[in-house]
Amino acid sequence: MSTTPHDLEELVTQKYRHGFVTDIESDTLAPGLDENVIRHISRIKKEPDFLLQWRLNAYRHWLTMPTPNWAHLKIAPIDYQAISYYSAPKARTDAPKSLDEVDPKLLETYDKLGIPLHERARLAGVAVDAVFDSVSVATTFKDRLAKAGVVFCSFSDAVQHHPELIERYLGSVVPHGDNYFAALNSAVFTDGSFVYIPKGVRCPMELSTYFRINAANTGQFERTLIIADEGSTVSYLEGCTAPMRDENQLHAAVVELVALKDANIKYSTVQNWYPGDENGLGGIYNFVTKRGDCRGANSKISWTQVETGSAITWKYPSCILTGDNSVGEFYSVALTNHYQQADTGTKMIHIGRNTKSTIVSKGISAGHGQNCYRGLVKILPGAEGARNYTQCDSLLMGDRCGAHTFPYIEVKNSTASVEHEASTSKISDDQLFYCRSRGISQEDAVSMIVNGFCKAVFKELPMEFAVEAQNLLSVSLEGAVG
Amino acid sequence: MLSIKDLHVNVGDKEILKGISLEIHAGEVHAIMGPNGSGKSTLSQVLAGRDGYEVVSGSITYKDQDILALSPEERAREGVFLALQYPVEIPGVNNVYLLKAGLNAIRKHRGLSELDAFEFLTLIKEKMKLMQMDESFLNRGVNEGFSGGEKKRNEILQMAILEPSLALLDETDSGLDIDALKIVANGVNSLRSPERAILMVTHYQRLLDYITPDYVHVLAGGKIIKSGDKSLALELEKRGYDWLTHPQSQKGTTTGAIGA
Ligand SMILES: Nc1ncnc2c1ncn2[C@@H]1O[C@H](COP(=O)(O)OP(=O)(O)O)[C@@H](O)[C@H]1O
Ligand SMILES: [Mg+2]
Repeated sequence: MSTTPHDLEELVTQKYRHGFVTDIESDTLAPGLDENVIRHISRIKKEPDFLLQWRLNAYRHWLTMPTPNWAHLKIAPIDYQAISYYSAPKARTDAPKSLDEVDPKLLETYDKLGIPLHERARLAGVAVDAVFDSVSVATTFKDRLAKAGVVFCSFSDAVQHHPELIERYLGSVVPHGDNYFAALNSAVFTDGSFVYIPKGVRCPMELSTYFRINAANTGQFERTLIIADEGSTVSYLEGCTAPMRDENQLHAAVVELVALKDANIKYSTVQNWYPGDENGLGGIYNFVTKRGDCRGANSKISWTQVETGSAITWKYPSCILTGDNSVGEFYSVALTNHYQQADTGTKMIHIGRNTKSTIVSKGISAGHGQNCYRGLVKILPGAEGARNYTQCDSLLMGDRCGAHTFPYIEVKNSTASVEHEASTSKISDDQLFYCRSRGISQEDAVSMIVNGFCKAVFKELPMEFAVEAQNLLSVSLEGAVG
Repeated sequence: MLSIKDLHVNVGDKEILKGISLEIHAGEVHAIMGPNGSGKSTLSQVLAGRDGYEVVSGSITYKDQDILALSPEERAREGVFLALQYPVEIPGVNNVYLLKAGLNAIRKHRGLSELDAFEFLTLIKEKMKLMQMDESFLNRGVNEGFSGGEKKRNEILQMAILEPSLALLDETDSGLDIDALKIVANGVNSLRSPERAILMVTHYQRLLDYITPDYVHVLAGGKIIKSGDKSLALELEKRGYDWLTHPQSQKGTTTGAIGA
């Protein structure tokens, strides 16, 4: 009868739209991992010695670590020797100085993805760093940003031009031995984005990085470091896609944010890595460590993520609320369909006095998707007057998917207040019928209801991204009831 | 406009409607009354195209087409509107957004231009005045946190905006205090016209004091057991349903236990 789970399931049959492969010549290291590979990467990148040593320390530490225990994820063992740790499009010149020197095929790729890199084609107000496999291929609006004193460049460039900032801040939020994947990333990371906002500067435009995995059997290990100096403000967007391939690909990134006194960082992600096909074949393993340190008083870090892709997502964008009165926020929409698995959530570590955190998590499960929220709220003894509010809602479509919620709360200060609300609901036939009896198609009705469910998160996204996120959800739920 | 012939409807293995026949012409207002569980909501949901009801036999013709072949949204676009007995909450979906999407889908189907946000807002504000609804409704989620009465008023507001040819009102009066009832009745009456037909399901004669029906039908045990004009409603009010459903038994026994 009615909109049975089966109908709904048809509804969520999605076609991945970014699954093409760019035919481009690449310099790719042979698969395998040992100290020589790390030395090689470091040499290609002409890195200072401190960085090589840092990588090697991470690698040696990684070797001693057991593979993580997969909590709620089912995962086949990963053969780390079968992965290539470096792949870069063959550069026509050593490093492109401007977009005109970037391989037209690459520019075309980003055009196809809807991210035209040509500055004139770009909607005003967003600067883009495009990372293709292991390297950054273009950063736009460099000049305008430089005028404001903002440094926005590839991680490799930053190593060359701002080694002192790298040495000071790299690993200061996510130490190289933090967890298995962070250690691996620290050893082999190849590129990523770097941002420094000087004291008192409000970054004049949104910054964004666009990650693309193209080469086969390649891992992408990028590293992002954002430093907001005292009194500065920045909003940063991150987007990702990958071709459709039958084998799984590994993406193990690390993102570190540092907010000094009175600084404000807003970090938004729309993650649309290839999720695998409807039988669970292929797709990206997305194991990411994202952490921000509200190091100074009155600082604020806000994470907003919309996760629709990847075969497996494992990430917990977190905030360490060190400074007094600092604020951490986490707004998340995670959609799992087919055989996708997501284990995502956040950690809010309250250290300073009167620190405040807000967590809003919306999980949507369809098909055989498994969606798990895992969150830690930790109030340390010194966090006088700390407050946390957590809201965790799950929406189920059909009856073969699952939603799980694991809130961990540790409170060591009696003046703290921690509030947790959770709900699980289904898109009901009543809701669908109600919309349809007003003339709205089934497909539009589902998308409307799902978007309504996610509203509290979408309103945190920058305008342009909010529209993209809504479209993405609609696409992910496309295919309507027959 | 609407012609129902010997309609038999099952839910699961249970026969709920057991041979309903009904003719409704443009311009007419029909009231269906009957005890709880007699199949009134089932009839209106089947007319609006709700899944989950199996039409075993019989036919429903609306504007000369077989309505059973159409999806709920197609029926809505053809001018069928159902005000639900229990309007649903859709958290996070804005009232205005839903209604604008509905109206524009209907307009598009009819080859009319879609209304932009400004035009729609002008329209809805005008209709809200008619329904004496506060402007704060505009920013709220669909039925989210509405009181029972507010939900019912919202249904009639939707009807006023979608301007259906066939309006089905399922117990729109229940749960309303007398003032709200007058407002709702006023909204319905303002829609009465020679091109429109209204089928209203009600439990109480009370509503019929404000919206005068042309015909009254009594639905009990899945069948229309009596039809008449407005005076039938008055008689029902006095005598209950038992004299119709159990003609042999004495009046004065409890009502409403039939067909449940
Ligand atoms: N979805 C359903 N599943 C099972 N029984 C139903 C369902 N819908 C209605 N019924 C049954 O059909 C009968 C008629 O219900 P309904 O049409 O709601 O009556 P009314 O609106 O006249 O009170 C009742 O016995 C009710 O229990
Ligand atoms: Mg009813």
